[in-house]
This record gives sequence, structure tokens and C-alpha cells, in this order.
Amino acid sequence: MSRPKRIRKMTNPPNFRGFRPMGLSRENNPVVMNYEEYEAIRLSDFELNSQKEAAQAMNVSRPTFTRIYESARRKVAQAFVLGSPIVFEGGKVYFDSDWYYCHTCGCWFDRPDKEKELKCCILCGSSEIEQYKGDSEPKVKEDVCICPVCGKEKIHSDGVPCHQEICPDCNCRMIRKGSPKNKFYQK
Amino acid sequence: MKVAITSTGNTIDSRLDSRFGRCSFFVIYNTDSKSVEFIPNPNKDNLEGAGPASVQLVASLGVKLVVSGEFGAKVKSVFDSLQIQLVMIPDENKTIVTIMEMLDHKNE
Ligand SMILES: [Zn+2]
Ligand SMILES: [Zn+2]
Repeated sequence: MSRPKRIRKMTNPPNFRGFRPMGLSRENNPVVMNYEEYEAIRLSDFELNSQKEAAQAMNVSRPTFTRIYESARRKVAQAFVLGSPIVFEGGKVYFDSDWYYCHTCGCWFDRPDKEKELKCCILCGSSEIEQYKGDSEPKVKEDVCICPVCGKEKIHSDGVPCHQEICPDCNCRMIRKGSPKNKFYQK
Repeated sequence: MKVAITSTGNTIDSRLDSRFGRCSFFVIYNTDSKSVEFIPNPNKDNLEGAGPASVQLVASLGVKLVVSGEFGAKVKSVFDSLQIQLVMIPDENKTIVTIMEMLDHKNE
């Protein structure tokens, strides 16, 4: 059994879907470059980050980053030499904020306020928008603390044991949601 | 709402500048009053830090939305912390006036 792949972080999706070589009479099979490979080249060769900085930006170890980067460069070389189109697709990634794509005007926009739901394109007003995700669930599930008495929930802060959190509504000690202890409280 | 659009020139017929930090001009468009202002980008030729300096510049003008072709990782995180919304347009041929018209469509 292979180990589950860690989800990599990306700043934003590429705002186009790939490349096509010029001057070929027939189209070759495309090279599929996944988002993490695209991001590795963007961070290293475009933004000129060191491999260490790039690895941090993507939330992966340095050796993992090197592996992704090498694979990305091989694909670029293959497409470049053989005249293959490149298609951006797939990969276990999440974006550092929610990105939307507008099918009407072709723009991409993000959502800085997570509370506010977006229903139309911020640029052209079209409602033909699609939230953009990688292949995986967009976010790692967050731990939540819950008050066993009134059910008030809050996001668990790392390093603070849940029982040290006091429920703001009824002053009880909170517990981790989903813990066996919590099931005990639920009827 | 005040919107910043990165521009290659100082007229509304200029094209979108595809890079944020080193664009030639920032167009500050107020969608309520319809006023337009062109600000030359003082960070255009900076060797380093053009992105973050440009973020500070547009943030100091009270901009809530920034339209450009691409945003780097360093710039992106500062914009996020300032709750400034970003729009990426992949088409470099779009003119400033076209983008302003698109923005106006919204309240129809
Ligand atoms: Zn749109
Ligand atoms: Zn907790």
C-alpha cells in the first residue's frame, strides 16, 4: 500500500490551461503537468526562490520539492523537444485561498473574506462562475473544540489542550469534537 | 469601491500590464464616483521588493480590489492579510477602458 500523498499548497492556479506548440501538422499526445509541478517551476524559475523557500511555500520537505521540480523540468523538456502540448491538470493541491473562475470573461478571482459567499464574477458580474479546486478536498480538516453543555464550537488552537478552553457562552470546559468523550455527551 | 488596475500606459486605451509589482502605471478607478487616476509605479525598476512595495502603495490608497495578470506568492500573502481581493486576467490585450466597463456591468 502506498503512503497517502501529502496535499501541497499553491498560491494561485495557473490562469490558463496549458500550451500548444506552433507549426505542427498534427497534434502530439499532450504532456500532463500537474499543479504541483507547475507551482515548483513557478516558484523556482519564475519567482527565483531558493529550493528551501519554494519547499516552504508549498508546505513540503526539501527532498520532496526536489523530486516534484525534477519531474516538472523533465516534462517541460519533453514537450519542448518533441513538440507536445502541455496540459495543466490534477495533483493533490489546495490553494491558499478560494479561487473562482469566470466562464463568461475568463478571469480568475479570489475570496479574501471566507464568510462571504460569492455568487457572481467580481469583474463582469456573470453568474457563470466555478470555484476552482485541485483534485483533492481543498482544505485539511480543522480540529474543532466543542462545549459539551451548550454545543458551542470553536477552532482548536494548536498547542492548547481543549479542556483549557472555556466556553464563552456557559463557562464550561470544552472538549475535542469527535473524541469518544464527546459521543458520551451526545444523546 | 476603489479598484487598482495595472496598466502599461497612462491613458484608458492602454493595455493591462500583466505583472503586478513592476507594472508601469496603477489606474485607480472609483466605481462609485467613476473617477480615474493614473499613478506611475515608483517601484517599477526596483531590483528587489517591487511586489510588496506596490502592495503598500495600493493599500495606502484605500483600494479593495486589484486587477492584474499575475500575482506572486509574496504579494499574495500580503494582499490576503489586508483583505484585498484579487482578479487575474489572462488576456494581455484587454485595455483599461474595457476592464472599467466590465467592472461597471456589475450593478446593472
Ligand atoms: Zn466574469
Ligand atoms: Zn481544542
